[in-house]
Amino acid sequence: MMSFKLAFKSMKKNMKDYVIYFLTLVLGVAIFYIFNSIDAQQAMLEMSESKRQMIELMVQLLGGVSVFVSFVLGFLVVFANNFLIKRRKKEFGLYMLLGMGKVGITRILLLETILVGILSLVIGLALGVFASQLMSVLVASLFEADMTEYRFVFSQDALVKTIIYFAVIYIFVIIANLFSTSRYKLIDLLTANKKNEKVKLRNPILSVLLFIISIAILGTAYYLAITKITSTEATGVMIAILLGCIGTFLFFYSLSGFLLKFIQISKKIYMRSLNMFVLRQVNSQINTTTFSMTVISILLFLTICIFSSAVSLNNSLTTQLEQCNPVDITVYKSTSENSKRPYTTVAEDLEALGISIEENFSEYVEISVYSDEKLNLISTLGEKVFNEAKEEFPSIVYDQLERIIKVSDYNKVAKMFGNEEINLGEDEYAIVGDYESIIAIRNKVLEEKTTIELNGKTYKPAYDECIYGFISDSTQPMETGLFIVPDDAVKEEWKQYNYLNANYVGSTEEEKQKVEDRIIELSNDETINSSNFGNVMALSKITNYEASKGLGSIVTFIGLYLGIIFLISSAAILALKQLSESSDNKSRYDILRKIGTDEKMINHALLKQIAIFYLVPLFLAIIHSIFGIIVAGKILQVFGKQDLLGSIIITAIFIIVIYGGYFIATYFGSKNIIKNNIDK
Amino acid sequence: MENVLEVKNVEKYYGNKGSLTKAIDNISFNVEKGEFVGIMGASGSGKSTLLNCISTIDRVTAGSIKVNGEEITKLKGNKLNKFRREELGFIFQDFNLLDTLTCYENIALALTIQKVSPKEIKKRVEDVAEKLGITEILNKYPYQVSGGQKQRVASCRAIVTNPKLVLADEPTGALDSKSSRMLLENFEYLNKIMNATILMVTHDAFTASYANRILFIKDGKIFNELVKGNDTRKQFFEKIIEVVTLLGGDLNDVI
Repeated sequence: MMSFKLAFKSMKKNMKDYVIYFLTLVLGVAIFYIFNSIDAQQAMLEMSESKRQMIELMVQLLGGVSVFVSFVLGFLVVFANNFLIKRRKKEFGLYMLLGMGKVGITRILLLETILVGILSLVIGLALGVFASQLMSVLVASLFEADMTEYRFVFSQDALVKTIIYFAVIYIFVIIANLFSTSRYKLIDLLTANKKNEKVKLRNPILSVLLFIISIAILGTAYYLAITKITSTEATGVMIAILLGCIGTFLFFYSLSGFLLKFIQISKKIYMRSLNMFVLRQVNSQINTTTFSMTVISILLFLTICIFSSAVSLNNSLTTQLEQCNPVDITVYKSTSENSKRPYTTVAEDLEALGISIEENFSEYVEISVYSDEKLNLISTLGEKVFNEAKEEFPSIVYDQLERIIKVSDYNKVAKMFGNEEINLGEDEYAIVGDYESIIAIRNKVLEEKTTIELNGKTYKPAYDECIYGFISDSTQPMETGLFIVPDDAVKEEWKQYNYLNANYVGSTEEEKQKVEDRIIELSNDETINSSNFGNVMALSKITNYEASKGLGSIVTFIGLYLGIIFLISSAAILALKQLSESSDNKSRYDILRKIGTDEKMINHALLKQIAIFYLVPLFLAIIHSIFGIIVAGKILQVFGKQDLLGSIIITAIFIIVIYGGYFIATYFGSKNIIKNNIDK
Repeated sequence: MENVLEVKNVEKYYGNKGSLTKAIDNISFNVEKGEFVGIMGASGSGKSTLLNCISTIDRVTAGSIKVNGEEITKLKGNKLNKFRREELGFIFQDFNLLDTLTCYENIALALTIQKVSPKEIKKRVEDVAEKLGITEILNKYPYQVSGGQKQRVASCRAIVTNPKLVLADEPTGALDSKSSRMLLENFEYLNKIMNATILMVTHDAFTASYANRILFIKDGKIFNELVKGNDTRKQFFEKIIEVVTLLGGDLNDVI
């Protein structure tokens, strides 16, 4: 009972230190619950089969991410806990002096951890259940579900999962506590406060030197990151990340010394009001905070990159859909000779399956795609351009055959798709495509008026750049280049594929969905997406939309989840550090007061100091992110054009709200701690 | 001579109706410009409370305190801070130097918070440091110098702003006898050559013997007053010892 009283009282007494830690835990629990309960959302329950599959994938992914998140939160809890215990060594020393054994102290700590754990779990879960009601609005808008009828969302699975995960984290903390209390010595506990008073100082010249080195390392990392990046090869980026981490550490290791030296040069700034004091404060703290500043900066960097990439990926996945899906369905098949079947058109195959063209399609166009053994990548690009392209896309092979279409066929499709039609002279060719980075490479070749040879005849380019176009529905621009040639340039035996593009009968979405459902039923498959039915394959507008929307929301959810966790973890570590520094440094502020410094000046100094600790890691993280986002953009370009500005604005708002919130809380908390006790 | 400090009927009570402690019980005295006044008393006699009230760190229950003719018991907030940094200089038993700043910066801080220009700061800090013989240690940190040097740095900080009144609270309390002597010689120098007005609280007769005049406090009241006049320091010291003996056991213990 005594232990319980002590535990409870000390919690109350340390509330100032605890509050931010506790709030972070509550937030952590709530977020953990919300993201694990997503599958119970009402919107999710009313989904079509294809969406349902997406959600299953998402739940699995979120589950995996949750394990990672629990590690991050576990780290935060252990860190914060150690930190709070360190500040109470004297108290424990006193207990031990009065005859309480280590067992007793352990019991107090145990009770405290359990108390904090249970409280944070209960409040966090309550908050989570409440917030997941709001979340359902977001979910519904992402999945475009019908939300006319409100239902209370509650996930028992998520509840149990949250409790289990956090119980494991707290048990881990208890073990860590046991370990640390077993090593306590009474003399160290009693003199804990007197230690660390000696200010360790680093050689200022060394600091300046290290600072320059850190900048050089970071510069190298940035350079590597943006030059060595290809969409498939990762070693360059790995080296860049490693260098980035080392550079970040050195940056914080040397920053305060450098800053001090640098600002001392200008006596006007250094000797103004409390600037000198602030800089020295920062300098004395940074020695003990280098490591956590590094971690915070990297976490912020990850937050910014993950979040902005997720938002832009979601945008690019969903905004291109309309452009990429001009018709309701594309059905295609391989007709090359090694398929060993007698040649039939796609339309005939569909009829054979019982899918009547007349009943289902309001209009359709079927064309053939050809290829000639002599017309491959190396011959169309030329050695030089091919090697350049190979660096960017290591997967391409030189004898990859180019696809050829008759100009009359292409124009039929172009007309149906609403794309530009092509006019060719009898010795001319053109290239169409919409996958930007490959098109850029092809444009280089076209600019040089490179000719191609087909069937012994030479063709020259009709245009000096590729024409925008494609021949199939898709989730994103992925047409890497089709050669459009005069009709008599191809031989019928070169035929490789047949593409049938069609629009469903019916003008409303419901009618079109009905056609789609009928086709799915007849094709004996769950969805249409790229799956084989009979010997043809199909891509439909509806499935593409659902897949992209689903993928987009998976990405958004995971981005949000990780982003929030990283952000609150780093902000909480900073807040804890700063609050405890403030209470350690209270005597310094008292000295300032004793020599007659204005409260306003003191508060200003405090604000500056906290701002430096919050803004410097953020500033460095932003610089990292500029390069990180460029790299991410290159990796993600397969998904189409990234909307950077929009995603950056959203990320900025997100960071300002959460990080800024912690910053303000830390400032007011610190102000309260160092408050004047003289004039009551 | 004009009075730098006028203390009139000051009272300070602690506690509530049930158990009232009179820390200061109706004390009145004046300090003239250029005086070096010591206040002596045993622990708990109220001398520190008195100093705290004069330095505006604590508030009086009743009575008035005027510094340079200005009533300070009614000052509040920023006016109070302004008064403190412009009119008073403080020297504390435990130095109260900022351990993160160099000695130079510690002294300069008193000026930067008054928004003195950097050029002027340099001149004034170096000037005062030379007078107290700490020029060599200016670029060291407090933890790198001895207690006596620290207290001299604190003294520099106290007088660099040219305050009307320097308040010293047990300035030799944490020093060995050699350092104490050096510091007190510095105080004499400040008082005689630089014409600083000093009010020093101590319980040590030797330290007190450097003052021109001593007020003895017992149980919150002024018990006796000694003026050095034309005595040598040694004669004055013996007189102090006599009063201390008279005052009773408490103070005897600490000599």
